[in-house]
Amino acid sequence: MSAIASTIAPLAPLAPAAALAARTVSAGDTAWMLAATALVLLMTPALGLFYAGLVRAKNTLNTFMMSIAALAVASVTWALVGYSLAFDKGDGFVGGLGHVLLRGVGFAPRAGTHIPQLVFFAFQATFCIVTVALVSGAVVERMRFVPLLVFSALWSLLVYAVLAHWTFGGGWLHEHGTLDFAGGVPVEMGSGFSALAAALVVGARKDYGRQALLPHNGVYVLLGAGLLWFGWFGFNGGSGFSVGRNSELAFANTLLAPSCTLLVWFLLDLLRERRVTAIGAATAIIVGCVGITPAGGYVSPAWAMALGALAALPSYAIILWRPRTRVDETLDVLAAHGAAGLFGIVFLGLVAQASWNGTANGLLYGSLHQLAWQAVAALAAPAYAFAATFLLLRAIARFAPLRASEHEQALGMDVAQHGEEAYASGEGAILLSTESGHEAPVAVAQP
Amino acid sequence: MKLVTAIVRPEKVNDVLEALYRAEVRGISMSRVQGHGGELDRVETYRGTTVKMGLSEKVRFEVAVSDDFVQRTIDAFCAGARTGEVGDGKIFVSPLEQAIRIRSGETDEGAVTPVSES
Repeated sequence: MSAIASTIAPLAPLAPAAALAARTVSAGDTAWMLAATALVLLMTPALGLFYAGLVRAKNTLNTFMMSIAALAVASVTWALVGYSLAFDKGDGFVGGLGHVLLRGVGFAPRAGTHIPQLVFFAFQATFCIVTVALVSGAVVERMRFVPLLVFSALWSLLVYAVLAHWTFGGGWLHEHGTLDFAGGVPVEMGSGFSALAAALVVGARKDYGRQALLPHNGVYVLLGAGLLWFGWFGFNGGSGFSVGRNSELAFANTLLAPSCTLLVWFLLDLLRERRVTAIGAATAIIVGCVGITPAGGYVSPAWAMALGALAALPSYAIILWRPRTRVDETLDVLAAHGAAGLFGIVFLGLVAQASWNGTANGLLYGSLHQLAWQAVAALAAPAYAFAATFLLLRAIARFAPLRASEHEQALGMDVAQHGEEAYASGEGAILLSTESGHEAPVAVAQP
Repeated sequence: MKLVTAIVRPEKVNDVLEALYRAEVRGISMSRVQGHGGELDRVETYRGTTVKMGLSEKVRFEVAVSDDFVQRTIDAFCAGARTGEVGDGKIFVSPLEQAIRIRSGETDEGAVTPVSES
């Protein structure tokens, strides 16, 4: 069975008479996709919480705001052009401009699904948003906010939309049958290898490598990871665009794989330090979710468990090695997303099973071709993401400095960039004005 | 014997600790304090409310030293904490009447001379 035709088939698992049914909207599919979209949207503030806990207290709000920025910027760029570049018919590299400003995106079903294209657009928008937010993990605690907004807007178009077109929107990888269920290419490898480029261009934080720069709130980190996992059920479970078998398989696998990653991470921690760490556990949840992302709807639950367990190894190794280098890729987006995404997309080429996914077999079930195209994706996506992000940031740096000054970094990005603090005591604060319009300051004893 | 109290910027704490270590000053206490020494006020906005932050976060060091250690302690604080901007902090030196090490009952000079753990 040719892989080209087969990638389309799982998208219409409930179609009895394909020709007629292809143009109808399914109430059940649409209901689930509406809920799944909301689940994925939650992942962005969850990521903000996860990242905020990992930085120092004086940078909490700025770090969280980098994720909130993605909600503002990426939804708009996605509606204006991004969706069209990713999902309109174009060439193998990038989509066309037919859906610019959401032209033609309405209540008619998206080709190959039974959900309105408008719902399909919203679901895909939440992917673009969370991916833009992911990249910010590489540059927290020093990148200025306004250049970050510009970078986020351009990155969502030049990198995310292009990579999404490659595997989701009929681009060259899609045409050649590369399997990527929920975004190993655009989301995970796209963010991970862009993060590496961003860290190199923006440069290390003041005091990186000289002082210990520690997470300030492990509870935020664990809660953020938990909420991300929750949202990931919509992310993977929705990527079948239906309530069909691939979605159900992905849903169950999203439970199983990260659990196995967690267990293996515990064991690795025990072997290395004789203690299981909480920040490590939160990281393991992310790594497991990332690993199963490309494979969710294509591999059996047993293989998903193996995938989750094995995905821990490369990420664990990179997280140990990276802080000893000069590369301040601060929150290890490369290790958690780039490496685990790459592992997932290649492993999928080994263990995909047509008897589970109705689409394609991996190498262990007879298809070397499938593994080859998974490997091509694992080379091409990192190369493009790294190169494009590197050039984009270098270009932005010609117009405005990317980094805050040493003084601002010392003061903390919350006060320097936003004029707020996450943990303001309010003691000794003198009221200057309120929204009720009282301009006369209330006298407070000033020491 | 003197008690050297220094109020410094929180972002300079690591530099101060490093300078004290190089000056072989051991046995210190530090605490987070809030204070005001004439530096520019920070204006912050929360929803519609704009406030002037009159107090700044500072870190207070307290070091009890024997008399011939006083100057090098002061030098270490100055070297570690100075940025040249208003708000770098103050150092106060006050006489110390008595010092007792709780573990051994040693007093005065013996109590403020750190023991090396062996």
